[in-house]
Amino acid sequence: MNGLLLTTQQALQLLFTGDSELWTIVLLSFSVSLKAILLTTPFAFLVSFALSHGKFPGIRIILAIFNSLLSVPTVVIGLFLYVLLTRQGPFGDLRLLFTQTAMIIGQMILCFPTLVALGYAAIQAADRRVWETARTLGAPPWFSMLTVFFEVRFALLAAVLTGFGRIISEIGISMMIGGNILGYTRNITTAIAMETSKGEFAQGIALGLVLLLLSFLLTALLSYLQGHKEFTT
Amino acid sequence: MMNINIVIRFDKFLVKKYLLWFLFFYLNSGIIQAEPIRLATTTSTDNSGLLQEIIPYFEQKTRNVVHVLSVGTGHALRLGQDGNVDVVLVHAPNAEMHWLEAGYGVNRRSVMVNDFVILGPKNDPAGIRGERNAVKTLQKIARGKHIFVSRGDDSGTHKKEMALWKKARMTPSVTWYRETGQGMGRVLQMADELNAYTISDRATWLVLRSKLSLKLLFEGDPELHNIYSIIAVNPSRYPGINYMGAMSLIAWLTSVDGQNKIRKFKLDGQSLFFPTAILD
Repeated sequence: MNGLLLTTQQALQLLFTGDSELWTIVLLSFSVSLKAILLTTPFAFLVSFALSHGKFPGIRIILAIFNSLLSVPTVVIGLFLYVLLTRQGPFGDLRLLFTQTAMIIGQMILCFPTLVALGYAAIQAADRRVWETARTLGAPPWFSMLTVFFEVRFALLAAVLTGFGRIISEIGISMMIGGNILGYTRNITTAIAMETSKGEFAQGIALGLVLLLLSFLLTALLSYLQGHKEFTT
Repeated sequence: MMNINIVIRFDKFLVKKYLLWFLFFYLNSGIIQAEPIRLATTTSTDNSGLLQEIIPYFEQKTRNVVHVLSVGTGHALRLGQDGNVDVVLVHAPNAEMHWLEAGYGVNRRSVMVNDFVILGPKNDPAGIRGERNAVKTLQKIARGKHIFVSRGDDSGTHKKEMALWKKARMTPSVTWYRETGQGMGRVLQMADELNAYTISDRATWLVLRSKLSLKLLFEGDPELHNIYSIIAVNPSRYPGINYMGAMSLIAWLTSVDGQNKIRKFKLDGQSLFFPTAILD
């Protein structure tokens, strides 16, 4: 018990004295996951919109596929990308294995189904007349689409936050195709795993606290947005 | 009317903002850097802090960037074989020889040595303390069915352990043998929790010693020698291999400067690795 208190105390010290290695890892984690979510979001919502407003065969099947992809284990995505990106694999010439780019690609794949499924739910909830009115008033289709997005902006933002929460806390992809390289692909989760294996629990707990704090903030933001939505619609 | 307003607001702010963000990130990710040297190495060299201590000297001197992947020896050799790294620093001489013969690597240089140690609970139920021979030690543990935690991950330490079991003519059985597939640090912690015996490289043991109640029960048999070598990945197999970088790292690690840095790396006043590339 004493040990736990002591390590937590050390962890807080690390956090607040600005331990440079710790903060490099935190910043790296955020930079990679932010890039992944920002690059995925527009495309994912476009797909959500096509699924909710488009009329083509197989929509239900596509939706079912996206919903089942929501729970795909991260190590499976990691393994899948590893096989593709290894030098012996089909994309080996790109030399992407163990780079930040590979991590970003992996996290993009991970958050894509989440964004599509939640985006779809959000857009479905929007009033159909928004789209129709915008079209009647002469707005081109993509403008009208953005209008619909704007109508459900809070729900969409909630989808983005959920997706971000999923990718910043994953470890399977980061470990397998990032490789936990110090200062380059070592992020919060892979660092926690490594520090634990080295018996450096204080560093691990400090990083864990950052993740906890983040998930608390995201949840708070989410519930705030949900409350906000109720007032505006 | 409201909708048109919304459309216009979209046009003015959000779309442009989005585009700017996009540009920013694309440009950001496209910054060109010097080709890094990818080094796959064992957890013992990295977790002990050795590489973190000495690699920056090399990076400064030669203006190279080294990306260190710390995995088990088996995994490291595989990464080299597949061309995913440029150079490997490993400790399993037999496996290295097979690897060289298969043409996966070139220019092997031995860099440093330390040794393996056998650890166990303080009360030593198998009675291996004072034993002179590593093989006999393992036989005692096996005959008494005392719990033994194994790496089980094809690492250098695991290969050494398997070789010793073979010499002892013992087949580990699940009733007392715990194969974990974990790195050295984790295995030491597990052995500690399970009150079990295990074998470790000395560097990882020294790093973790203060956090464990395990005791060093056996050491000193020449059988337990642990030799670290560095090997460049064969550049003829993969065109993009950073062979020049790999060779400059090999040159530096086996130079007087590099060897001195290894010798000077100490923990609690104790040397962890002993350089072998240059005879004094």
